[in-house]
Amino acid sequence: MAGKVNLRIWRGDSKSGDFKDVQVDANEGEVVLDVIHRVQATQMSDLAVRWNCKAGKCGSCSMEINGKPRLACMTRMNTFEEGETITVTPLRAFPVIRDLVADVSFNYKKAMEVPSFEPPADLAPGEYRMQQVDVERSQEFRKCIECFLCQNTCHVIRDHEENKKSFAGPRFFIRMAELDMHPLDTIRNRKQQAQEEHGLGMCNITKCCTEVCPEHIKITDNAIIPMKERVVDVKYDPVRWLGSKIRKREGI
Amino acid sequence: MSQKLDRFTYDVVVIGAGGAGLRAAVEARQAGLSVAIICKSLFGKAHTVMAEGGAAAAMGNVNDNDGWKVHFRDTMRGGKFLNNWRMAELHAKESPDRIWELETWGALFDRTKEGKISQRNFGGHEYPRLAHVGDRTGLELIRTMQQRIVALQQKDKKEFGDAEKFIKVFAELTITDILKDGDKVSGVYGYWRESGDEILFESSAVVLATGGIGKSFKITSNSWEGTGDGHALALKAGGALIDMEFVQFHPTGMVWPPSVRGILVTESVRGDGGVLTNSEGRRFMFDYIPEVFKANYADNEAEADRWYDDQDNNRRPPELLPRDEVARAINTEVKAGRGSPQGGVFLDVSSRLPAEEIKRRLPSMWHQFKELADVDITKAPMEVGPTCHYVMGGVKVDPDTAAADGVAGLFAAGEVAGGMHGSNRLGGNSLSDLLVFGRRAGAGAAAYVKALKNKPTVSEKEIERASTRISEPFTREGGENPYSLHQELQNITQDLVGIIRTEAELKDAMDKLEDIKKRAANAKAEGGRAFNPGFHLALDLENMLLVSESIAKSALERQESRGGHTRDDFPKMDPQWRQYNHATRWNGKKIEVEAEKAKMLPNELVELFEMNELKKYYTENELAKGGN
Repeated sequence: MAGKVNLRIWRGDSKSGDFKDVQVDANEGEVVLDVIHRVQATQMSDLAVRWNCKAGKCGSCSMEINGKPRLACMTRMNTFEEGETITVTPLRAFPVIRDLVADVSFNYKKAMEVPSFEPPADLAPGEYRMQQVDVERSQEFRKCIECFLCQNTCHVIRDHEENKKSFAGPRFFIRMAELDMHPLDTIRNRKQQAQEEHGLGMCNITKCCTEVCPEHIKITDNAIIPMKERVVDVKYDPVRWLGSKIRKREGI
Repeated sequence: MSQKLDRFTYDVVVIGAGGAGLRAAVEARQAGLSVAIICKSLFGKAHTVMAEGGAAAAMGNVNDNDGWKVHFRDTMRGGKFLNNWRMAELHAKESPDRIWELETWGALFDRTKEGKISQRNFGGHEYPRLAHVGDRTGLELIRTMQQRIVALQQKDKKEFGDAEKFIKVFAELTITDILKDGDKVSGVYGYWRESGDEILFESSAVVLATGGIGKSFKITSNSWEGTGDGHALALKAGGALIDMEFVQFHPTGMVWPPSVRGILVTESVRGDGGVLTNSEGRRFMFDYIPEVFKANYADNEAEADRWYDDQDNNRRPPELLPRDEVARAINTEVKAGRGSPQGGVFLDVSSRLPAEEIKRRLPSMWHQFKELADVDITKAPMEVGPTCHYVMGGVKVDPDTAAADGVAGLFAAGEVAGGMHGSNRLGGNSLSDLLVFGRRAGAGAAAYVKALKNKPTVSEKEIERASTRISEPFTREGGENPYSLHQELQNITQDLVGIIRTEAELKDAMDKLEDIKKRAANAKAEGGRAFNPGFHLALDLENMLLVSESIAKSALERQESRGGHTRDDFPKMDPQWRQYNHATRWNGKKIEVEAEKAKMLPNELVELFEMNELKKYYTENELAKGGN
């Protein structure tokens, strides 16, 4: 794929903006972020783009490439057709700051709303014992690099600004599932919290989040659905519903 | 001053939000102080996230022969005894507690059969010692610390109604100056990357936790953030950097495709059985076992292979020699024409482990090669070569409190601090270093603030000076593009101050750096102040130049080869040189180097080694006098 490529870059800020077309060199083996960097170094030195590790590990260079939420560092140039114009825009679900950089502070606010890990009071540091098979379920969710592509693509957030207040989004559903499945976390009603305080019920399982996850975390199948099923179990099974009320603990 | 200025006041300001910075912030908060955490990127993106292999801590979960004394010995050997022994001692003793503490904050390490934290083998470590999570240990560490900060904020919200009453995270903010009142730190000054607006923190204590300097080099595993900001801030505030000639080139970076050249291939590949071969198919590391390590490393394939299952009766494979040895060996093989097609050597795990096992143990590596290089590492070997990874040198600090030498109120921890790793860092010792000394820096800063009688104040003159510096890139006439200056700088350091050095090349480098220094002082930013990477780079250039000058000058002085410093004109390690650390200081115009006497081990630590081994590192005189 060596040679010139056509790039259409969204440039602007929260007030206004427009697409700018540029032609730029691309070399074999390069990714979209490389080409954007070349534009920056040779044609638009003030082009705003967020990036860090350039290896798909930090989740900074999230943007939309031809309308699809992607990490620019993991999108290889040879996946495009010869002569195709590649359009790059900032994440659409969040306010734009400048050019390709979006204001993702929504996600940090949501992170504050999820109750943290609560360790067992009777275990001293160094005394924790867990089996590999038991930590693996949570470990899958801890692979999350917080690129927020799932948050960006989730139509509950993307298409309905008004939902943002009551809906935590897929990134935080896997956080809740991770804590729920943590062998030593002592908070027992995580699923209930997810349902009642973080809008789990608004998710209608279209799996868009799973599709865009660069870490291939099975967000819907392994986190959201299991939590939904168990919540439903308790809510609609009269015996368990009564049990949860009597015991005052909603250990489900 | 027309520019908008935000003002804040905190007891402690932590610059850097990687492992060391966040651990320092936790400690300062737990001591009851208010803390500002400053990240150059978003919260949780710092370079710690890239650490793959694990965190070294002698917990003895896999082999109970391990203990702090063994870890200490390995660290000193890895650093070729130039380490600040007190730092190495504290690190070896405290690492297990720092790892266990992470579990109480929610970290989920891989487990042993007994349900303890699993530990893996790594270069230079005598026993399996690295706590790990697959090959994404750094991510686990930073996420745990990030979530610990959130937990403390949630607690503050419950108790005081304000989550940010004691800890506030300032994301995407760059600090350009440390402000002083006489000889004491009084605050820091910088700008919001997003808006370009300026910001002042009044604070009596500042913890530098800014990480590394890799962006001064062309081929590096570091992200754009590794521009040596903390190193430069310390120099400009009157502090000293030590051991700057020691730069670690990690032996295994990706070599293809060109755009990811330098990105790390974790040492765990070798720890888990991967072997290095040249174009002739030969496991060449057997040819490069140095005299000092012959007793511990296998000299034949059969023994090396047996070691993975029986470590008590076999010597280690030479692929697991310390990083400096492996990097030099690869460099030599490639230069001798026995390299791989893309100019590296082969690292093969596909013929050593079943495919499923590779994907389980090395998921990120599998992913990284599949997506970036279109190579399936379960079927084919990787091509790898050395990449600038880590700087052993850094701010000269007091081992116990992390207080910077010569600047009251300044502290440093993690990669930006020097001394702990001597001339070469062992893999896995970085993550534990962040935790041990991050905590000590937080405690050191807290104790300093509490004991301080008169709070230093920030003068308008200092603010004016700092503010002018930030706006300069916009007011310069006809200056050069910062991107091309940066590229030029990277080529000079890579070619002339890189993995193999000579006097002539180092002198050449110094002349060229001097020239770039002049031109960088006139680097021009186009466009406006809001999120403008060209403007950011124009300011970062000065930091990279101060660091490069420190490295080149220290490297010229040291007429021997040791760890991360190899002189083609002085290829041998010389005990005479072990007696000195190079300290660099900035006199306002240029970097000056001074040789400072390195201390001998105290008696109780001398006893941990055989006399025969000590003779390789210490002079006869030193050994005759005995320990301190």
